Amino acid sequence: MADEQKPGGSQAPGPGDGPGAKPPATPPAEAASPKPGAPPKPAAAPPKPPAPPKPPATMVATPWDSDLSRELKERFGDKISATSAYLGQNFIVAAPDAVVSILEHLKLEDDFDYLVDITAVDWPKRPERFDLIYIVYSFPRNERVRIKTFVREGYQPQTAVGVHLTANWLEREVFDMFGIEFAGHPDLRRILMPDEWQGHPLRKDYGILQQDQRWVRENLEIESGQ
Amino acid sequence: MPDQTFLDTTELVLNMGPQHPSTHGVLRVILKLDGEKILGTDCVIGYLHRGVEKIAENRTYAQFNPYVDRMDYVAAISNGLGYCLAVEKLLNVEVPPRAQAVRVILTELNRIASHLIWLGTHALDIGAITPVFYCFREREEALKIFEQYCGARLTTHAFRIGGLQYETYEGFERDVKDFCKMFLPKVDEYEELLTNNRIWVGRLQNVGILSADECKEYGVTGPMLRAAGVKWDLRKAQPYSGYEKYDFEIPTRQNGDTYDRYIVRMQEMRQAVRIMEQAVEGLPEGPIMGKVGKVIKPPVGEAYVSIEAPKGELGYYIVSDGSTQPYRVRVRPPSFINLQALDRMVRGGLVADIVAVIGTIDIVLGEVDR
Repeated sequence: MADEQKPGGSQAPGPGDGPGAKPPATPPAEAASPKPGAPPKPAAAPPKPPAPPKPPATMVATPWDSDLSRELKERFGDKISATSAYLGQNFIVAAPDAVVSILEHLKLEDDFDYLVDITAVDWPKRPERFDLIYIVYSFPRNERVRIKTFVREGYQPQTAVGVHLTANWLEREVFDMFGIEFAGHPDLRRILMPDEWQGHPLRKDYGILQQDQRWVRENLEIESGQ
Repeated sequence: MPDQTFLDTTELVLNMGPQHPSTHGVLRVILKLDGEKILGTDCVIGYLHRGVEKIAENRTYAQFNPYVDRMDYVAAISNGLGYCLAVEKLLNVEVPPRAQAVRVILTELNRIASHLIWLGTHALDIGAITPVFYCFREREEALKIFEQYCGARLTTHAFRIGGLQYETYEGFERDVKDFCKMFLPKVDEYEELLTNNRIWVGRLQNVGILSADECKEYGVTGPMLRAAGVKWDLRKAQPYSGYEKYDFEIPTRQNGDTYDRYIVRMQEMRQAVRIMEQAVEGLPEGPIMGKVGKVIKPPVGEAYVSIEAPKGELGYYIVSDGSTQPYRVRVRPPSFINLQALDRMVRGGLVADIVAVIGTIDIVLGEVDR
C-alpha cells in the first residue's frame, strides 16, 4: 500500500490515494516537470527553486508493519490507506471522517492516552489542500504514532475534543492559523490572533508581510504595522 | 452560573491582566467570581504572537535557529537543542560525542536557570520576597558561564545544526564544576526558607490539584505530570543527546498539587547538577561538528522530535520539501498546552489561589504565543 508513494512522484497527488507520503514541494506541480532529472530551474517560474535534481521528490517512506498497524487496518479497513514509517517514526494515513474514531480506538484499546499535538500543513496546489496531523503517544508502550489525513478547503473535520480535552486549544490554533473549522468544537474562536482578524496567517498564500490593514488601522491607529 | 450565589448577588466578572505582575508576562485571564470563589476562567492569549512558525517558512534552516531562542526565552538553550535535533534527524546527521556532552551540560545548566526564575517569581507571587534575590544570585553564575561560552546571556543561540559552533573556552570545565559544588548547598538554602514555612505550605498544599488522569487528558507534561505520580521524563523514555549515559532519577510526588510541583522542581535542580557533574567529568575529546554541508538541505520528508524542556515536552514537527527552507515548522510548546489546564485547576478555588496556580504552571508567554 505504502509503496505507491514512491513512484507516485509525478506531481501533486490525485484525490483519494496518492498522498500516502508527502507530495513534493508545491512549485514543481506543473505537469511539465515530473521527474526533475535535468531541468535545474528554467521550466518552473515560481520564486522558490524547483525540487533539487538528485534526491527523490517525495518522501521515501517504508511500509510499517507491526501488531498495531495490522490491528488498525483490520479494524478500519479501507479508511486507512497506508501505514508507513519515515526515519523510524510511524504514521498512518487515514480518511478524514475516520480520524476521531481511530483516536478513540487507540486511546481505549491500545493505551494511546496522550494527544501530543494537532497541526496542519498547507499545500495550496493540491486538491485536498491541507494535511491534518495528529500525534499520539502511549505512556505504557512508550510509542508515538502520527495520524495523517488530507482535507480539502471547506471540509469540516470532526472535533477530537470528545476524546482528548487537549484538542480544544490545539484545534482552535489550527482554525486560527489555517481556517480549518472543526465540526462540533465547543468553543471555536481564534486563539492567537485578535478575534476580528481577517485571514489565516499560516496559509501559504498569506504573505509574510501581509496583515489585516483595517484591523491595524482601527485598533492600533497606525497605517501599517510593518 | 449557579442559581444561588454565596452572597445572593450576581456573578462578578473580573479582568486580570494582561498587565499584571503575577501573570508572568502578558496573559489576560477573565475570572468569573462568586464572592471569593472562582466559577470559571477564560484565558486570552496572543499578545506576544510574533508568527514564529511563519517566519520559519521564510528563512533557511540555519537562519531560523536563533529565532527559536525567542520562544521560551528563559530556557533558550533547550529550544535550540530541540530544533537542532529535529533538523539533524531530517538530515540523518550524527553529532559527535563531545558536542553531545557539552549540549547536555549547557541544557541542564539552563534547566537550573529556568527553574530558578520560576522559583523566585513563584515565591514572590505568594508573598515571600527573599527567595527571588537568592535565586537571581545563583542564576547569575549560570548566565556567566553562558556568556563566557557564546557571548550571550539569555538568547544564547549556543548550538548549531550538527553540533556546536564554538569549542568550550579555557576553564569551562572548572567553571561548571565550581557551579555544581556551589549550587547544591544553595538549593538546601532555598528549601530552608520555603519547604517547611507555614505560610508557604498553607498557600500551596491542596491548591490547584491535577490528577495523573487529568494531566494525560489535558496533555500536561513536565514537572506537573511528575508531581501527579507519573514517572515519565523524555530524557529516560526516549533518550536523546546521550542522556542514556548518565545516571539520574526522575523525581515524582503523588498529590499533584502546587506544593508537590514545587518539591519536584527542587529535586530536578539537584538531579540536573548530578547530570552535569557526570557529563563534565567524562567530557570526551574530539570534534564538535558532525558532517553537515555548508548548505543545509534535508531530503523531502518530515520528522517530529521532542525533548524534555524545563516546562515539559517541547516538540518540533518539521516538514521539508527538499529546499533550503523548511516547508513547515510546528512547535509543540509545553507552556501553551499546560496553560490550558488552568481552568480545571482553579475552578471552585479561591481567587487568591489563581496567582499560585499560574506560578506553578511555569509559563513563559513568549512560548505560549510564539
